[in-house]
Amino acid sequence: MCRLFALTSRDPVSPMRAIDALNVMKEGHDGSGVGLFLSGLGGPWEELKEYPILSGIFTDAGLARMSEYMTKNGFQSKYSATFKPDVEPPVGTPKRGTYASIAFRIPDEWKGMTREQADRNLVQMRLDLRAMGEAEGDIMVFSFWPDTIMIKEVGDPLAIAGYLKLDREELYARHILAQGRQNTNYAINLYACHPFFIEGISTMTNGENTAFVPIREYLMSRGVTGYQGYQSDSEVFTHIAHYATKRLGLDISSYKHVITPMNDDEMRDHPDREFLSDLKRACRKLIIDGPNCIIGCLPDGSMFMAQDRKKLRPGVVGGNPELGIYGFSSEICGLNAAIPERDRTKDFQPMHLDTAIVGPDCREVLQCSQKDPLRQQL
Amino acid sequence: MLAERPITPATLSRKDLPWQIKWDINTCTKCGRCTSVCPVNAIELGVFRKRDVKPPMGLSAKPTTEFSTFYGIRQRTDPAYACIGCAMCNMVCPNNAIEPSRQYDSTTLQFQNNRGGQPRTRGGRRNNSESLLDQIKFIRISMLTDPALDAGRHEFDVRTLLGRVLSPEAEIKCFRENGWKPPVREIYPLVIGGMSFGALSPNMWEGLQMGVAYLNEEMNMPVRICTGEGGCPPRLLRSRFLKYVILQIASGYFGWDEIIHAIPEMKEDPCAIEIKYGQGAKPGDGGLLMWYKVNKLIAAIRGVPSGVSLPSPPTHQTKYSIEEAVAKMIQSMSMAWGFRVPVYPKISASSTSLAVLNNLVRNPYAAGLAIDGEDGGTGAAYNVSMNHMGHPIASNLRDCYKALCVAGAQNEIPLIAGGGIGKHGNLAANAAALIMLGASMVQIGKYVMQAGAGCLGSEKDRCNVCNIGVCPKGITSQDPRVYRRLDPEKVAERVVDFYLSFDTELRKVIAPLGRSTSLPVGMSDALGISDKDAADRLDIKYVI
Ligand code: SF4
Ligand code: SF4
Repeated sequence: MCRLFALTSRDPVSPMRAIDALNVMKEGHDGSGVGLFLSGLGGPWEELKEYPILSGIFTDAGLARMSEYMTKNGFQSKYSATFKPDVEPPVGTPKRGTYASIAFRIPDEWKGMTREQADRNLVQMRLDLRAMGEAEGDIMVFSFWPDTIMIKEVGDPLAIAGYLKLDREELYARHILAQGRQNTNYAINLYACHPFFIEGISTMTNGENTAFVPIREYLMSRGVTGYQGYQSDSEVFTHIAHYATKRLGLDISSYKHVITPMNDDEMRDHPDREFLSDLKRACRKLIIDGPNCIIGCLPDGSMFMAQDRKKLRPGVVGGNPELGIYGFSSEICGLNAAIPERDRTKDFQPMHLDTAIVGPDCREVLQCSQKDPLRQQL
Repeated sequence: MLAERPITPATLSRKDLPWQIKWDINTCTKCGRCTSVCPVNAIELGVFRKRDVKPPMGLSAKPTTEFSTFYGIRQRTDPAYACIGCAMCNMVCPNNAIEPSRQYDSTTLQFQNNRGGQPRTRGGRRNNSESLLDQIKFIRISMLTDPALDAGRHEFDVRTLLGRVLSPEAEIKCFRENGWKPPVREIYPLVIGGMSFGALSPNMWEGLQMGVAYLNEEMNMPVRICTGEGGCPPRLLRSRFLKYVILQIASGYFGWDEIIHAIPEMKEDPCAIEIKYGQGAKPGDGGLLMWYKVNKLIAAIRGVPSGVSLPSPPTHQTKYSIEEAVAKMIQSMSMAWGFRVPVYPKISASSTSLAVLNNLVRNPYAAGLAIDGEDGGTGAAYNVSMNHMGHPIASNLRDCYKALCVAGAQNEIPLIAGGGIGKHGNLAANAAALIMLGASMVQIGKYVMQAGAGCLGSEKDRCNVCNIGVCPKGITSQDPRVYRRLDPEKVAERVVDFYLSFDTELRKVIAPLGRSTSLPVGMSDALGISDKDAADRLDIKYVI
């Protein structure tokens, strides 16, 4: 089963802290892969917050094709953090080429565009590049978005970390999602590796989503650029989070009302019952049946954890408000390893109605229950 | 047989009949019960004369001839009175001295079924025992990553929506602006499909209604029953039980006067209105209630003279185009109840189902689409319609569901599938397969009659005389001498029983798939079939 670990911190930290936590939880996964999402980047990226960063893996030919494509679209590279391993890869990891994160300057013609249009265009460019790469096998892109880097590779997380030198300062970040293990329900494929990303929203999941096929069909029919791919049954969680927050304009505490609505009894004396039962009907196709633990990060840097209704996957949130660091882990041992200096009695394990949210200020774990009045009034 | 009996082209011997009566002279007590119960007068009391030649001992004396007479049961060979294999004779015989047996190699009666230039009409099932639904297997059984649930103890939410569901965007907009929301009912996914009060006997109808009320009020299962065309008894219209009823209207408008007049006095809104454009057993035809069954009561409820046949006109007799017809009917029915009641059309599965569906997608008042496959039907229909017309339900439903997926409306217009569900008794498996192919709910008719009231009809052309008012079980007869055989209380009990067992079996299917909080509508990755072409057509896995 996948092991998940996420860190959110006021100051940038090394992704190695998350990788080490994964390593502690290693008994529970087979070390078949690793995926990293980094945002709130530190180091050289602090100055480049507005510039979309393209992260992916390229062969030399792929690099050339990519820059040709970018130039054609009026994008100029501004800064890049590329890494080409010069040693032999660990067992099971293919030799791929350059792991690159490149920040681009947006062309002047884009200035007149609305925010939504520009965002959609960025997603479309990522999809175009992905399609180009799938045709030739020379380009793989995981994200193209400001202040975001994603790295994915097949192999043991710790070995990959050493191979790709993930403790480099240019990878320090405030918000880190890390997942260990490759896709096991479907074919091995880097695009199937968590976390998944769309327009600043990233999530990763544990377990298996039994409602995958109907949800995938539903999302794909929504007409949203970027709702595609689905090499993994967990990618839909990212897109549901995107759909609920960006398309429907709901607050993240309502995410759980979409994926695991309350039953009639629980809803009976809820102050927002009318809206919630309407929402349940309208979003019926998005109900998940789990078992899943979902950890995600939003564009503003808030992080959250939620469970399916059966709560057959564990998850714990804990941290230290003084140090301004919180961890989200699928196992307590992972959290112990990453943030030993915390008050363990304050650790929170969300149950079937709860969503745990830590804001970008990293001061407290906000515990939302579905039984609470909605945070956001429509 | 008399020696001078004429032999004409239509003369049949017993050997020509598919159903043969085996009668045992030794155990028969000659009580006459079998002949009095036989619905088609296939057997009669007979007097038989027997000649015995007695050769005496010795050479000189001449042999003598003795005549004896005995009484027994004779099977008639007139095609009009051919035995239908219902086995009522056996049911009433105190000694099991008589029973029908099927003779598969005799096909001769088929050529004599159409008498006086009239093709045969009958009630009952399509005479075809194949079932694609039975071939579908549930192959996605969670073992490791996703633990299977306990079907017996886990909490399951087996509910579905009937009514136009707004898209999430529209729903939020509607909530913000306090706009009009189409009515939606949350119901149990197994619906009792339209069988009219004219087609069923009063006892059968009452039993069904009682069973449904019990399931709703005592078992907490929101089961719904559709009336079929022909109106609804006035007392039910004015009772609180109306909320469990889907009222059907068809092109004959039979009984609608009564319903419209009752609107001001209705305590509850009906669950929904179903507009019937077609049904699986007689696609393209209207309904047909033959004169045998139009007694005084039925005539009063339908608002017609008694003793006349009541064919509903074919689909669009009063209408100019299907678009217009569907839109107008839906709108006026919605309006009649102040837009508080979901209104949806029912069509027979056909190659034009998609066109109807496309139409509904753009109609904000359309509450769903019921599709009835070729296997459906109990009411009177021509042999040729029942056996040779119509579209199988699985692929038709699948096409419609996929079209909805493309339009992004698959949560918005519920599809109701019917036709051949549980025809071999596998009700839960067939229903689950259709749900995973994309149906929001399924409807059954014949199964209710078979399981709820012991209907004798089968896929082998057994019984199937529902149309002529002689139903030996009293299910589809309007003759009190016959329908008093049926105890409504017992029907209600059986309906409750089979619903509860269906519920358990459905959970047994969906629990290992890991589904409990929502019905697995469209979960086609769970299905497999060992027929390559069927797998491709239905877009499910091919497994052998
Ligand atoms: S089986 Fe039915 S139809 Fe045939 S003789 Fe017996 S009662 Fe009559
Ligand atoms: S038992 Fe009655 S309802 Fe069933 S097939 Fe015979 S006549 Fe029809």
